[in-house]
Amino acid sequence: MTIEELDQIAESVRTENSKFDHEISVCMGTGCLSQHSDQLKDALAKSVSAAGKNAFVRRTGCMGLCAAGPLVLVEPEDTLYQHVKAENADAIAASLDKEPIAELQCELREHFDQQVHVVLENSGRIDPEKIDDYIARDGYRALLTALNDMTPNGVIRQITESGLRGRGGGGYPTGLKWSTVAKAPGDQKYVICNGDEGDPGAFMDRSVLESDPQRVIEGMAIAAYAVGASKGYIYVRAEYPLAVSRLTTSIREARRRGLLGTNIGNTPFNFDVEIRLGAGAFVCGEETALIASIEGRRGTPRPRPPYPAMSGLWGKPTLINNVETFANIPPIIRKGGRWFASIGSARSKGTKVFALTGKIRNTGLVEVPMGIKLREIIEVIGGGVPEGHTFKAVQTGGPSGGCLPAEMLDIGVSYDALMAAGSIMGSGGMIVMDDTSCMVNVARFFVEFCMTESCGKCIPCRAGTAQMFTLLTRICDGSGTMDDLALLEELCSTVKETSLCGLGQTAPNPVLSTLKYFRHEYIDHIVHKRCPAGVCNLKAPVEVPA
Amino acid sequence: MPTLTPPPLPSDDKRWKIVNGTMRKNGFARHALIETLHTVQSAFGYLDDEAIRFVALSLRVPLSQAYGVVTFYHYFSLKPPGKHTMTICTGTACYIKGTDKLLAAAEQRLGIPQGQTTKDGLISLTTARCVGACGRAPVVLTDGELHGQMTGEDMLAQLERWTAE
Repeated sequence: MTIEELDQIAESVRTENSKFDHEISVCMGTGCLSQHSDQLKDALAKSVSAAGKNAFVRRTGCMGLCAAGPLVLVEPEDTLYQHVKAENADAIAASLDKEPIAELQCELREHFDQQVHVVLENSGRIDPEKIDDYIARDGYRALLTALNDMTPNGVIRQITESGLRGRGGGGYPTGLKWSTVAKAPGDQKYVICNGDEGDPGAFMDRSVLESDPQRVIEGMAIAAYAVGASKGYIYVRAEYPLAVSRLTTSIREARRRGLLGTNIGNTPFNFDVEIRLGAGAFVCGEETALIASIEGRRGTPRPRPPYPAMSGLWGKPTLINNVETFANIPPIIRKGGRWFASIGSARSKGTKVFALTGKIRNTGLVEVPMGIKLREIIEVIGGGVPEGHTFKAVQTGGPSGGCLPAEMLDIGVSYDALMAAGSIMGSGGMIVMDDTSCMVNVARFFVEFCMTESCGKCIPCRAGTAQMFTLLTRICDGSGTMDDLALLEELCSTVKETSLCGLGQTAPNPVLSTLKYFRHEYIDHIVHKRCPAGVCNLKAPVEVPA
Repeated sequence: MPTLTPPPLPSDDKRWKIVNGTMRKNGFARHALIETLHTVQSAFGYLDDEAIRFVALSLRVPLSQAYGVVTFYHYFSLKPPGKHTMTICTGTACYIKGTDKLLAAAEQRLGIPQGQTTKDGLISLTTARCVGACGRAPVVLTDGELHGQMTGEDMLAQLERWTAE
């Protein structure tokens, strides 16, 4: 495969598509599929041919606005229809070449206009199982350019220059990680894609893998070339069956096109990818635990150093990056590190994909430039809290993150600003809560999660989260005292400072951040024995006999 | 060092051949343990002692280690599932949208706590930590099929339909 051949494939896809007057894309991501968008697609295809229209119906990945699904996009008119059902198919087919159907039209311009799509540039635009669709949108151009015209060091220089930081949550500079692995001695090295998206309330990686899997494979191949690896693993959650099946197809397609395998692009570079299924353990998002899981063992982390960059999978130097990080690589190589660095804020470059959920109108996936204010994401892009309720808090970073109140909404989204505010960027879950959520109960929910997900290897996390849960339960059921609160705070700092891995070190964050911003709710539960949001079932105060 | 011959298949059940296939594809390497257990669970629905023993012996993994792996990961089940499975997502987005009430209603209706199967073996009630369809919260899976924006009535109606079968 050469760049010229890529051009030919792209050209033939474009010629094929130009035969049609209209292209109708039907979202078939997990959200829309759950509303039978597969039947909708078949119905549309039937209606279009019955109406004698020269149109082509395509399956695509996620279009982002899950709240309005199933979504249908008609091009070149660029008409977006929402809540489309199979019975609307005839009407849509009939409306081609005419005025669009007003009552089905999705008029959420402000939702889309504020977004900048880099990672999601192909999501909802291409058929995720057709590699030629990806190639027609400049796919694999970056890989072949890197292989033919760039040295591995040159690739790393571009990544370093781009300022890209790990999108899994840690925010470690990607270029630095790559150069460490590249410099590590050893003939055999590995590249691992971390798709163990365990954060409840986050689905960015699922969407990327379902909508544009080739992009992740290309990113991994470029990384492998840069660090000198020949074998890659994609670790995906077993809970994401659609992502797994689309990835399996994509790997097969990439091999068929000679973009995985031996002598890729007629160069000496060899690289192949295998899928490894997760088995439902949140801790496996931690890199050393993930490696243990790929090796077929219990997913327990081990102390670092040595870092996986020096001694990872089977003791070999290993590069581990998140799905979204790899998805950012092809455009960086294509357009240059400087282009990427021009997007975003001072120390956080590029864009970030967020899964916007909870008590908000436009739930779904959004991609915004770093530095954008939380308020813009929630009120403009997200459409705000549904009527009748008021915004209370936004939770970022999942069980490792924190809850930020309304007065913090004017901070810009970046790794450092969120950290300073007591939360973290995390992998990109963003859950909005309104006045019906009790913040003590929310903290208890997250601590329960960390307690059940603690692997049990180190004591602070194993025993500490269990004690934190007991204390929070007491506060929630009305039997907590101010001493309990003091003990809880002390325990939080112990667990935070002495746990072995990220899970334990960050498990107290939801408690600490709610204590920081919503302390009055804890006091209400303990002193006044009432839950302001009316969520907790508090026992009546016990009369102590004199 | 004596060469270990792999143990014979536990029975004529064709599904064991699928399990063996996964192990062969991985060259009977020890690191194929989780992959193989996935195959067993998708073929048989759960992992019983016989299956764990067979896989462990075939891959030359100590029984204790195999059992340790099975019990470590939530995805693996040691009990056979009911004829139907209702999985209620208890991820954060679903929790904010009141999934705890759905779970309580289902537990009350079936008379079993989550993670168990009704005595007649008809319905299993399980929870999942986020299936990634948070945009459609609260989410319930009925026999693996995803339903978004689930209401208590719809969920109970589904349980009734299964019970009436």
